[in-house]
Amino acid sequence: MYRYDSYDQKLVDERVAQFRDQTRRFLAGQIPDEEFRALRLRNGLYIQRFAPMLRVAIPYGLLAGRQLRMLAHIAREYDKGFGHFTTRQNIQYNWPQLERVPDILADLASVQMHAIQTSGNCIRNITSDHLAGAARDELVDPRPYCELTRQWATFHPEFNWLPRKFKIAFSATKTDRAATQVHDIGVHIVRNAAGELGYTIYVGGGLGRMPMLGHPIREFLPELDLLSYLEAVLRVYNRLGRRDNIHRARIKILVKELGPAKFTELVEAEWAQIRDGELRLDAQDIESMKSHFDEHPYDQGAADDASFAAHLRQDSAFAAFAKRNVKDHRVDGYKIVFVSLKPRNGVPGDVSAEQLDILADLAERYSFGEARATHDQNLVLAEVRQSDVYAVWQALRQYDLATPNIGLLTDMICCPGLDYCSLANAGSIGVAQDITDRFESLDYLYDIGDIKIKMSGCMNGCGHHTVGHIGILGVDKHGEEWYQVTLGGSAEDDASLGDRTGPAISRADIAEAVERIIAVYMEQRHSEDESFLQCYRRIGMTPFKTRIYAEDGVAA
Amino acid sequence: MNVLLLDGRLATDEYQELADDAPLPASADAIVVSLERWHRDTHALAATGSKVAVRLANTIDVTTLPDSLLACPMIELWFPAFADGRAYSQARLLRSRLGYRGQIRARGSAVVADQLQSMARVGIDAFVLREDQDSETAARALHGFDLAYQGACDALPRVRQLRRSAFASR
Repeated sequence: MYRYDSYDQKLVDERVAQFRDQTRRFLAGQIPDEEFRALRLRNGLYIQRFAPMLRVAIPYGLLAGRQLRMLAHIAREYDKGFGHFTTRQNIQYNWPQLERVPDILADLASVQMHAIQTSGNCIRNITSDHLAGAARDELVDPRPYCELTRQWATFHPEFNWLPRKFKIAFSATKTDRAATQVHDIGVHIVRNAAGELGYTIYVGGGLGRMPMLGHPIREFLPELDLLSYLEAVLRVYNRLGRRDNIHRARIKILVKELGPAKFTELVEAEWAQIRDGELRLDAQDIESMKSHFDEHPYDQGAADDASFAAHLRQDSAFAAFAKRNVKDHRVDGYKIVFVSLKPRNGVPGDVSAEQLDILADLAERYSFGEARATHDQNLVLAEVRQSDVYAVWQALRQYDLATPNIGLLTDMICCPGLDYCSLANAGSIGVAQDITDRFESLDYLYDIGDIKIKMSGCMNGCGHHTVGHIGILGVDKHGEEWYQVTLGGSAEDDASLGDRTGPAISRADIAEAVERIIAVYMEQRHSEDESFLQCYRRIGMTPFKTRIYAEDGVAA
Repeated sequence: MNVLLLDGRLATDEYQELADDAPLPASADAIVVSLERWHRDTHALAATGSKVAVRLANTIDVTTLPDSLLACPMIELWFPAFADGRAYSQARLLRSRLGYRGQIRARGSAVVADQLQSMARVGIDAFVLREDQDSETAARALHGFDLAYQGACDALPRVRQLRRSAFASR
């Protein structure tokens, strides 16, 4: 865990006081609606379809046990007993009362949490690999770099009123688990040929109305220059980004309109002016930041355990769970355990107060007190001794948190859609449930293997549909809910944007269409080793399109 | 009448706005002119003996301004909308890159209590409060936070510096 020092705590407390005063002045009629809107958004508060919605930041997805307990408390005290994990490693509450939000923020501050800059046209929560620090394939733990960036971005006086929202993600592995190329800035931590640590900087990726992949504007940025370079990018954007049209205001449009080469030139020229200034880190800043994170005392004898293997042999349900939801940790004898928030008939990403409490207990008992939120809307207990995995699974199962479907078709990403969101054109939760109903057989799901279905209820693309292997986008057609389908997207290191299958498909037929897409894949794949994405890239759209829109087919 | 907050206190605004088509003042005065007028009438304005300040649109790249303009006693930055933050970068560059030491004044829709401290942090030291603003609330809001994570153009203690000292004295 990153542990606040007195400075971090003071800033968060001062922010709560500031927002309490702003809320009071708003309720007294002293702040116009439109302006309070901008202020509350910077504190995570939206006004949604039925009620306000509060989005709480979980920087780079990392949560302590006591924070999980506080999230449970907030769900009970201020909401209807549950919360919803998002695709940006945050949690949202859908029923808080505006008047009580300052109290919620004060409660959060008491456990070193906040909702700062989780919305609004400013620098948002910094996200990263949910396996950071535990993954075998990572170069270094990216989280101290994320935290340095978070602090630089927090209350940055110059960049609080940007043309549009701004999202930064970090990855330190070859397999990008943080979808960095669809962020405004994607930072890949790398080593150069000389073995020095640094970053490759991607700018201008994004989803939404005009999805684009980021451009690598700097191949290698030295380790100590991170913040000055980010500042240079932001300054160019703040000055030159478009403000005349909200749909053209993201940095991706600026990069596109200037051209990546010209944009890079502007950033480099700005950076040349500031790289040796105050923002330059020294090695001690990085060491000091690392020292704010807990070091875990791993048990060197953990790998001697034989019980894990024995349970796998003896309990087929546990073996099924381990096959999908348990991954190797970088330390021998430890495992990474995925907690599925995608049970049958559940709402993807939803979690109850009771579940949050049990997860806090499990994190404290078995995972050095930590849990993580993933951008796939699941949770992870990343530091579990292999001898404890069985007990963890039994507890998870009792609370419907052990669905063995990580990475499978039913592990869908899904935005809240029309059920909650005032921006949505169509529902997504019901569609997810219909699709899940069509794929009841776990054996069939295993046979299909790794596939990412991602669904958004509108163009804004909170469900990342454009980078789903199968993407589903809700659209409004004459007051009815219809769905545009794309195939072949990916948010990983082989990032690509999906291609449209054709005309939108009706609500009644969308689950059928997904079933047909899967049927084509199952018939066409070379072997079970050829994933859906590989197969699509080999055979192309035609066979899928033909089947989806066949005559007995779906209404389009 | 403008309510002017200068160095955190209410102050009398000595400047008069001079429209682009208004005649030059007959005697020495303190005036604010547009950048166009300043370019057009540089010498004539100087000849009146007036204090001449310049108002900048927020689309101006301040690094292209002539040195002679940077010698003027006051630059007024324009905030045309509550959520348009371009002038923040202008202020920052004027102070930290161009070394401008005169008064930087904020005027427009965003000059409200809730933005003053950020404005002060990027080097703005005078605020023409928007009409609906309560000056006491505004003056108080200048001190909402008493430290900062990042360096800027103000005197707030920097967390990174505080940590560096603490780390060094361990």
